[in-house]
Amino acid sequence: MLAWTIYISFLGVLVLMLLPREAARAARIIALLTAIAGCGVALIGAMQQANPGEIATIIKVPWIPSLGASYNLAADGISLVLVVLTGLAAIAGILFSWNVEKRTKEFFAFYLALIGGVYGVFLSFDVLLLFVFYELTIIPKYFLIARWGSTRKEYGAMKLALYSFVGSHLVLIGLIATWVVARMQTGHASLDLVELSKIPFPPGFQHWVFPLMFVGFAILAGLWPFHTWAPTGHVAAPTAGSMLLAGVVMKLGAYGCLRVAMVLFPDGVRMWQNEIAALAVIGIIYGAGVALVQKDFKFVIGYSSVSHMGFVLLGLATLNTIGLSGAMLQMFSHGIIAGLLFAVVGRMVYDRTHTRDFNDLQTMQLGKLLPFAGVTFVLAGMASMGMPGFSGFVAEFQVLWGAWTVFPKLVILTGVGILVGVAYILRAWQKAFYSDVTEECRAPDRHSSNGAPHAETVPDAPFEPISMPERFGAFLLIGASLVVGLFPGLLLNWIQPCLNSPLFERLLKGGSL
Amino acid sequence: MNYLQVLQLAAPETTLAVTVLLVLTVDLIALRGESVAQRFRMGMLVAIAGCLLAAIFAFARNQGPLVNLMNGMLVVDPRTDFLKVVLLLLTTFTAMISVAGRFTEHVGEYLALVLLGTIGLMFLVSAEDLLMIFISLELLSLSLYILTAFNKRNARSSEAALKYFLFGGMSAAFLLFGFSLLYGLTGSTNLPEIAGVLKTRGLDPLVVAAMVMTVIGFGFKVAAVPFHLWAPDAYEGAPTPSAAFIASGSKVASFYILAKIMTLGFAGAVGSAVWQGYVSGWTPMIAVVAALSMVLGNLTAIVQTSVKRLLAYSAIAHAGYMLLAVLADTPASNSALLFYVITYALTVLGAFGVVTVVEAATDGDALSNFAGLSRRAPVLSLCLLVFLLSLAGIPPLAGFIGKFFVFSAVVSADAGHLGLLWLVILAILMSAVSFYYYLQVLKQAYVLDAEENAPAIKAPLATMLALVLLAALVILLGCAPGLLLRHL
Repeated sequence: MLAWTIYISFLGVLVLMLLPREAARAARIIALLTAIAGCGVALIGAMQQANPGEIATIIKVPWIPSLGASYNLAADGISLVLVVLTGLAAIAGILFSWNVEKRTKEFFAFYLALIGGVYGVFLSFDVLLLFVFYELTIIPKYFLIARWGSTRKEYGAMKLALYSFVGSHLVLIGLIATWVVARMQTGHASLDLVELSKIPFPPGFQHWVFPLMFVGFAILAGLWPFHTWAPTGHVAAPTAGSMLLAGVVMKLGAYGCLRVAMVLFPDGVRMWQNEIAALAVIGIIYGAGVALVQKDFKFVIGYSSVSHMGFVLLGLATLNTIGLSGAMLQMFSHGIIAGLLFAVVGRMVYDRTHTRDFNDLQTMQLGKLLPFAGVTFVLAGMASMGMPGFSGFVAEFQVLWGAWTVFPKLVILTGVGILVGVAYILRAWQKAFYSDVTEECRAPDRHSSNGAPHAETVPDAPFEPISMPERFGAFLLIGASLVVGLFPGLLLNWIQPCLNSPLFERLLKGGSL
Repeated sequence: MNYLQVLQLAAPETTLAVTVLLVLTVDLIALRGESVAQRFRMGMLVAIAGCLLAAIFAFARNQGPLVNLMNGMLVVDPRTDFLKVVLLLLTTFTAMISVAGRFTEHVGEYLALVLLGTIGLMFLVSAEDLLMIFISLELLSLSLYILTAFNKRNARSSEAALKYFLFGGMSAAFLLFGFSLLYGLTGSTNLPEIAGVLKTRGLDPLVVAAMVMTVIGFGFKVAAVPFHLWAPDAYEGAPTPSAAFIASGSKVASFYILAKIMTLGFAGAVGSAVWQGYVSGWTPMIAVVAALSMVLGNLTAIVQTSVKRLLAYSAIAHAGYMLLAVLADTPASNSALLFYVITYALTVLGAFGVVTVVEAATDGDALSNFAGLSRRAPVLSLCLLVFLLSLAGIPPLAGFIGKFFVFSAVVSADAGHLGLLWLVILAILMSAVSFYYYLQVLKQAYVLDAEENAPAIKAPLATMLALVLLAALVILLGCAPGLLLRHL
């Protein structure tokens, strides 16, 4: 059932490619229907899965017998969380790119190809297959940004593509070495994730291959200091692109870290646990600090993503159930919230004002002109800074709780990061939407010359109102964040049994050391 | 064994030789007054018919027993038969792509030379004897030199051919020198016999000299650094279909025979290239050449502005990856090498095919000539996307699976200490670099816009068919590599 998320997406790509060039409206509708169908399948499939703690095989057929690779799709609770997230983010992204007029059908074709690849990664339980889907996502990302992006789009796209590619090639080195060593130890070739996870790799091997694979994946999760693709990539991308990049693509990296690198090399994780946690905390503080001083609205969100993904990595480094489930919740939560924030900045504000510079936005009084955008941003900002009631709170709280038992000092430092996180959101609210600085303050002579009262000095051409697709998209994402914030059990019921399953046993209870 | 049986064994080659004559005759007699395009079409059909007939002969023999004729002069076994089918297929596609080029009026001669070169290739894969190897190589090389010079209206073409010829002649001299040393040392021209003598003899300076000469000779042939200097100029100057033939069919046979000479002939002097465990022999030599090719090929390709030159440097880099498979020297690495080189040949043939079409339409092969290709020729640029991504090693295309096979086989060759991992790490990092320059071409095609009102690019039906088939094959072999792997 769940495998149809992948097939539907690629089917959508095919249909879009066959459409005539002019049929922009049809392309939008087809893309939206595909995404809704994908999300629907994901939700129904997730509901049907009786026991999220065990790995439910969807399909398993031999693929390359000489390598031991099989076409093995399966799902456990962790896959379910991320598949549902992908479904939601896909719908929202399409709703917020309803206004793409330039080569619409190609845009949505690349978009759906990216989504299909992401579903594939989350459902693969064969390491080679996972890698195939993982790399498959790079190409559509590149073209989405380079073709439909904005600020320095070709640079941002190339940087993103190269970082992803270098990262995945580090993973490839680790993968090949793992395959060879595993074959030597067990006597037969296998690339099956579950089978590989049972092999006790020698500690000396784990010591170098784990960081290789972890960093390879974590580059895409925005691990400091390999995060620099993220802000430039997010800023350069079109709105839907940034939403997907921050919303699901960064999750691919974190998912790979957990699912492949950590599960295969439990001893390796323990050897590098402190280093990972330190880098994660640096990422949290650094991302937040840099976000605080940005002039470009979108860069604020871009760096905030680095900061939030730091929580995911910190959660992973705790190696206890609470921290790991916090990391999973944070993946979901950040996917939703970052998508929403990028939607406000990219679609609601930038597409109307054609500027993202705070100095310009300050004078526009967007809070009055675009009240819906203002309110959405306030809600998204509250979710982002971790207000109770939103998903961000439960997620970050769990991460910190899990981390407290392992790295108490780092948790205190992280507190600084959270405070700065509040500050940059408040600053962005204030500057972008609710500024007192008006045109008159900057140019008092104009005020005196026409003598118009203060309230009527709105710009001559008011912005087009927030459209229906945007409203739907915003409601969808805010709703998802609230639901998870108020009922975190919905997701935790999927995550926690899964973490107690045999697959994670060696990771959580200490490996063979 | 009488001559009839020999002819039966060499049926594919014989068929092709007859086809050569047929192509020449048909073009000379029947098509005199026709237009060039029409002559190309008819000539192509004759050539393809010959190739397919020869392929059927080879395929029909596919399950036959191993026959070793005259002490290694002509060795026929299921694997060589399969390789011949592949070579004939590549030639067929080359002929279909040639139709799109506008570089010559001498259609019959052109196609005849392509077929003659193919005969050389087919004898090459069947040879286990130094003399036969040398003769087939010369038959191949002489055809290739002329094919390179075929565009008489373009001075670059003659220059490229002269350069190719001089380098090639020199490499042949090296090779012959190496072979003569080997014969002098061992008293035999048969590869297994040579190996037998070398085993008892050990590594002495003369053996090393013979080995170095052989590696140099083949280094030129497969364009590995530091013997690669002819390749970019030859690829750029040659008519694009000729370059495609040099890069595809000729690569397959050259690598097959190089691996054969090294693993079969020098089996007594293997040595070892593992990290901190170096033992002299032919493997460390190949390791150095491979490492240099990967690094230099990939780094130099970054700055190219001509797509043909870019493909030439990428070919050098790919030669480096393939040499890794040669030096691993295990059954798994041998089939990985063949898988890689066959899929590479299919891919690069397609890439050159796209370049042929674009060049014919825009009079150039610079990067900027590809701007807006996705609008001017959607199917063509989709094919280009598939080919270049496969060359870059993006899954699930054949190029990625080939790389995975090669790299995993190389690491497995010294699984205990992972001693060859250093070469694989270098290869993988360099292949990450290669992504950049392939993306530069795709950026032109998909991101940038063509000039205002640039007309759509049209290609002859046969060429489009060939390109679509090649792209489909590249995807198919990536998704189901077992189809090819079980023959290797």
